[in-house]
Amino acid sequence: MNLEFSPEETAFRNEARTFIEENYPDELRGSGGREDLSREHMLAWHKVLGKKGWSVPAWPVEYGGTGWNATQRYIWSEENARVDSIMPLPFGVSMVGPVIYTFGSQEQKDRFLPGIRSGEEWWCQGYSEPGAGSDLASLKTTAVRDGDHYVINGQKTWTTLAQHADWGFFLCRTDPTAAKPQEGISFILVDMTTPGIEVRPIITIDGGHEVNEVWLTDVRVPVENRVGKENEGWTYAKFLLAHERSGIAGVARSKRGIEKLRNIAATEVVDGQPLLQDDTFSRKVSQLEIDLTALEFTELRTLAGEAQGKGPGPESSILKVKGTEIQQRLTELTLEAVGHYGQPYYRGFPQDAQSNAFPIGPDYAHASAPGYFNMRKTSIYGGSNEIQRNIITKMILGL
Amino acid sequence: MDFNFTEEQTMIRDSLSRLIREKYDFDTRRGVVQSEAGWSPEFWAQLAELGLLMAPFSEEDGGLGGGAIDAMVVMEEFGKGLVVEPYIPTIVCAGGFLKHAGSAAQKEEYLASIMGGETVFAFAYAEPRGRYNLADLETTAKANGAGYTLSGHKAVVIGAPWASKLIVTARTSGDRRDRGGISLFIVDKDAPGVTTRDYPTVDGRRASEVYFENVALGADALIGDADGALPLIERVADEATAALCAEAVGAMGVAHAQTVEYSRQRKQFGTAIGKFQVLQHRMVDMFMEHEQSISMTYMATLKLGDDTVERQKAVSAAKVRIGQAGRFVGQSAIQIHGGMGMTEELAVGHYFKRLTMIDSELGNVDHHMRRYTELGVAPLQAAAE
Ligand SMILES: Cc1cc2nc3c(=O)[nH]c(=O)nc-3n(C[C@H](O)[C@H](O)[C@H](O)COP(=O)(O)OP(=O)(O)OC[C@H]3O[C@@H](n4cnc5c(N)ncnc54)[C@H](O)[C@@H]3O)c2cc1C
Ligand SMILES: Cc1cc2nc3c(=O)[nH]c(=O)nc-3n(C[C@H](O)[C@H](O)[C@H](O)COP(=O)(O)OP(=O)(O)OC[C@H]3O[C@@H](n4cnc5c(N)ncnc54)[C@H](O)[C@@H]3O)c2cc1C
Repeated sequence: MNLEFSPEETAFRNEARTFIEENYPDELRGSGGREDLSREHMLAWHKVLGKKGWSVPAWPVEYGGTGWNATQRYIWSEENARVDSIMPLPFGVSMVGPVIYTFGSQEQKDRFLPGIRSGEEWWCQGYSEPGAGSDLASLKTTAVRDGDHYVINGQKTWTTLAQHADWGFFLCRTDPTAAKPQEGISFILVDMTTPGIEVRPIITIDGGHEVNEVWLTDVRVPVENRVGKENEGWTYAKFLLAHERSGIAGVARSKRGIEKLRNIAATEVVDGQPLLQDDTFSRKVSQLEIDLTALEFTELRTLAGEAQGKGPGPESSILKVKGTEIQQRLTELTLEAVGHYGQPYYRGFPQDAQSNAFPIGPDYAHASAPGYFNMRKTSIYGGSNEIQRNIITKMILGL
Repeated sequence: MDFNFTEEQTMIRDSLSRLIREKYDFDTRRGVVQSEAGWSPEFWAQLAELGLLMAPFSEEDGGLGGGAIDAMVVMEEFGKGLVVEPYIPTIVCAGGFLKHAGSAAQKEEYLASIMGGETVFAFAYAEPRGRYNLADLETTAKANGAGYTLSGHKAVVIGAPWASKLIVTARTSGDRRDRGGISLFIVDKDAPGVTTRDYPTVDGRRASEVYFENVALGADALIGDADGALPLIERVADEATAALCAEAVGAMGVAHAQTVEYSRQRKQFGTAIGKFQVLQHRMVDMFMEHEQSISMTYMATLKLGDDTVERQKAVSAAKVRIGQAGRFVGQSAIQIHGGMGMTEELAVGHYFKRLTMIDSELGNVDHHMRRYTELGVAPLQAAAE
């Protein structure tokens, strides 16, 4: 056991830092915490990384991965957090990509992996339905064979950023007569421009348009777009959920968030003193940092285990629960720190709604309340924190 | 001891809750909030018609003879209906200043039109660098002949876009943060030298940044004592804080009730999610937080007339407890609603937002915890000296 970085790892940190300094798109600098980014903005860094060959570090090298070890990946996320970079979205890179290279056909790998690596194709995740949230296996959307097509009917919901998506991966019921709900589900890749797909916005409490309903009416999809075997989709979906969870701790981002919080607290004043010198407040920040350290070392232990060939197990539920609690607490303290200036709502401000220049209060205060509201989602999605605790109950405590 | 409401108070509650049910349901409120004006002058007029704006004023002042408990009853109903109209700024704050310290001429000029719903006030106390300290003022009013010249910037003045009059705290002497040297003024919003930037707030209300540039005020603009207004300001801020606690209680009650109801309807894994014990206990905790908040609001409201230290301790204790309870109830309501709780479409998210922002008004949990602690420690320190 030791915590030192090897000379190679230190060299890697320098290389990563220099690359980011030199290549991170100028127009994105300082926009990491902002909502309302355009599709182009969200893809800009992804595209740069795609050209460099660094967009999918965790993939096997044969599919375009970098072969970095866990420490290097950790360094990479830290270096990106330093500049609040807008990282490649998870739906292609961390979700459907691994499913395709693990379970897909050669044709699927050739067709889809390059677009995911380069950032040319945008993916969305069509799992949840109005009646199937935590109980995902109760999903009702059907895909019925008609010659060499499936005909899909049903409704998905909460589909993140589907308004920008070129492709979606959908869980559909292909055998309604299966004995168990988990059986009879297939994993199907759908071109979002196919006739019969309608994407309707859902506005969230922070006022953003991040999620959607996706309505599917007689959507015809070639059978070759099914990944793996018919009726075995649940296996692939579960594989994917485990991948989704392991990235969710967000340690490097939260570290950076604490740094930003301290800067805000150093600027805000209470009775003429910086808020940061207020014992009550600064202890709350310390507590958060201590919790984050515990999470960080739990993640490092998990990563070390993975490096020795242990797959992401039920322990990754710890990362999800603790990681999201910390992210939420961070936004809570940020909102506290800004005092009265958490109130003004920049999205509702008529003249300047579309520009960076919301003229009320300090810049760091603008997104504090919407950010806090928005982050409530993290304990709901990706398997809610109650569901994660149920997983630990069953799989680890054996109850 | 008596925790019963009077007949008049029960009537106020009943008529207001009926009015809100009939004229201010959630969809109507959404329309009001999104309208250009951002509030409903018609609804305000209806409140006046029902006599609700007169309720907390004495009969000598032309009111119905009620007081803080009546305001509490009104604000709890406002909380239940997420009503945005400016009862606290106009009735509790401006009304409070006038009834405690207004001159006969000022009462004559304003009280009847406040109670009649014609004149709307906003209370401009916060400043960009003052946080929750009511004495931390950079806005100044310099003596100028018989009157004053007012200059400065007030931050996040709730309801200012709807108001024609502002009540403004300003330093007339002494150093920033001195307890002495503070005065209180009534200022016409359209007086020369007053400019505003109006904007919506995250919880569906409207506010302004208000800038004063050498605004000329007559001697009759002063409320109460020159240089000695802080105790008055603190008193009225405490009354407003108690009313805000009542609003939070109303909002918490609805957020809890909607959550319990949702947990009955929503099925996952073949059963209502309300059957999962972990959610049941969380909803029980929400219930207990709500009940404790009711108790604290009664306690603080009943002690508003006590001596200063007792009053301040009571109000700070209530605001601390309600800030904490509001956060827990709001967050739990969203969590138990799952994805639905995150949507703008459902009311529950709006209760969550309002509960969140109530903590940041008139002093948050940390601010009131500090005040409470200092009030408890001060006599011990005095004894030790
Ligand atoms: C912002 C956002 C983005 C999302 N993005 C996507 C996406 O891109 N693609 C996609 O497919 N889905 C997405 N989701 C959906 C997300 O996965 C679901 O919201 C989640 O699975 C919870 O389902 P639900 O919302 O139906 O809540 P429900 O399942 O109805 O849960 C309601 C409450 O009950 C609790 N509960 C449920 N079952 C149990 C149990 N057995 N024991 C104890 N408590 C329980 C839950 O924890 C929650 O508190 C997103 C959601 C949000 C909010
Ligand atoms: C100091 C002391 C003095 C006492 N004095 C007396 C006395 O004078 N006379 C007398 O008759 N008894 C007395 N008791 C006994 C007391 O009433 C029991 O301890 C109590 O009823 C709990 O029962 P148990 O200890 O068997 O725990 P259990 O019932 O086995 O409970 C164990 C744990 O499981 C939890 N649990 C049980 N059921 C549920 C459920 N449905 N849902 C969720 N959680 C559950 C409990 O809350 C507890 O945390 C005393 C106990 C103590 C500790």
